[in-house]
Amino acid sequence: MNSKIENIKKLSVSKPLKLDCGKTINNFPLAYETYGKLNENKDNAVLVFHALTGDQFVTGTNPITNKEGWWVTAVGPGKAIDTDKYFIICANVIGGCMGSLGPKNINPETNKPYGLDFPVITIKDMVKAQESLLEHLGIKKLLCATGGSMGGMQLLQFCSTFPDKTFSAIPIACSSSHSAQNIALNELARQAIMADPVWDKGKYCLKNLQPKNGLAVARMVGHISYLSEKGMQEKFGRKLQEKADYEFSFNADFQVESYLRHQGYAFVERFDANSILYITRAMDYFDLAKQFKGGLVKAFENQKTKFLVISFSSDWLYTSKENKDIVIALNSSGADVSYSEIITDKGHDSFLLNEPEFLKTLKGFLDSMYEKFKNEKRI
Amino acid sequence: MKNSKMKKEFKVIAELLPNNTRVLDVGCGDGSLMNLLKVNKNIEVRGLELDQDNVQKCIMKGLPVIQGNAETELHQFPNQSFDYVVLSQTLQAFYDPEKVLKELLRIGKSVIVSIPNFGYWKVRIKLLLFGEMPVTKTLPNTWYNTPNLHMCTIKDLFNFCYEKKIKINKVIGVNNNKTSLIKRGNLEIKNLFSKLGIFLIG
Repeated sequence: MNSKIENIKKLSVSKPLKLDCGKTINNFPLAYETYGKLNENKDNAVLVFHALTGDQFVTGTNPITNKEGWWVTAVGPGKAIDTDKYFIICANVIGGCMGSLGPKNINPETNKPYGLDFPVITIKDMVKAQESLLEHLGIKKLLCATGGSMGGMQLLQFCSTFPDKTFSAIPIACSSSHSAQNIALNELARQAIMADPVWDKGKYCLKNLQPKNGLAVARMVGHISYLSEKGMQEKFGRKLQEKADYEFSFNADFQVESYLRHQGYAFVERFDANSILYITRAMDYFDLAKQFKGGLVKAFENQKTKFLVISFSSDWLYTSKENKDIVIALNSSGADVSYSEIITDKGHDSFLLNEPEFLKTLKGFLDSMYEKFKNEKRI
Repeated sequence: MKNSKMKKEFKVIAELLPNNTRVLDVGCGDGSLMNLLKVNKNIEVRGLELDQDNVQKCIMKGLPVIQGNAETELHQFPNQSFDYVVLSQTLQAFYDPEKVLKELLRIGKSVIVSIPNFGYWKVRIKLLLFGEMPVTKTLPNTWYNTPNLHMCTIKDLFNFCYEKKIKINKVIGVNNNKTSLIKRGNLEIKNLFSKLGIFLIG
């Protein structure tokens, strides 16, 4: 796996990046992937921000895991975000573990993996790092930037920090600050990892180990929060896993248990436990209003970007109400904003699934924005 | 209700609106009016719409629209943030039309409200002579499935504005392709012969 990681696209960011925590990183790797072709006018670029456990491999086959990209439902030839028409860019966030600088990288000061010596990063740090990539690719202004969940949070930060960098923006199923419930769930995931003795205060990486049990439980917590009560009931109910009756044991009798175990243990093959700690922390610290002294409206002042906010009716992790608060703030700041709530039982996960109404809305907006952007550039 | 919208109504509303203004279309439907205003008058439009399909249609046309319920979600728009707020043939469908109207007047410097006129002679005849709830082109639903909770006449809304001290700038009666200016003096007759009333208030 490590040799494969060496072969993925990486930008070495030479410009020093001063992190919110006060530390500075420089000459750090930022791994990314692109799909489709940048046209001559450079007006068809779409930046995708990935979520907590995502990576830069949006569509096609992920060369590291050999699995499908995480957003094949929306991105690809002829899809809502059409790779035949648009140039799609996605970078692995810093703090991640798919080639960008993260806690499993070698700390030049010690020549050992960082572990918990890695600086605590924020959503703003992630976004600033990715801005360097646009510079590198020669893109002055994106047609659109989008992302769901933590990707949406990065997007809001991006629009606020760089108000002239994208013509349009589609934040999906996200929030302008993490709620108590969001923080609590993240803490549960972190505690699961830290409770695993293998974790050893993050030093497992020195021993070439991985706190698999803790990380798997952390992933299970996540998976529960990505589904809705109704969706879960419909998918699993009380169905038993390949057996006629209870086993009277603690094996996975129920399908839902088997599902969680499978998701949990499949995840440890591709993700780093310390990365989960760092990225969930970044999400918890995210509070766009706080950056502007309590005013979310101020965060969006003088926005020329055209927004489409999308939420899902059964999402209890990032509720429609939270998404609507973003819309209200954008509205109050006078920004051009649309909002659509997709009615579905599939919970937070909906943005990754084949939800026809969602994908139609996504496509409709992006295509109409492309026409506008082309016209604006012509004038 | 939206299907019965006369194109003429949109033309009249468009004529009432100056170029280059900021307009909020409450219950904007598929965005037909917004598109007309944007293309012909360079008006900066925003829409609020409840129905998912209509929201999608607006988005596909590149029109900014917020999915939401005007009855409960107008609070999100700041005071006097639009030059005009348009409410086309929906006032009668709210639980609390008075509250909605107050909200519209708070959001817009002026408000354009259109209503299907329950005082139109065909409507009156239906009830008076046949003893049935009226079903007309402008009011296509029957009593049990109509979204209209608070039907009113042009005269009713006229009097309402007068009582509530809401300034009436202009009232236009529409009957098919004909329009006429409605004043105190011709209110009775226009209330009888207009299918639709369009009020510019605030």
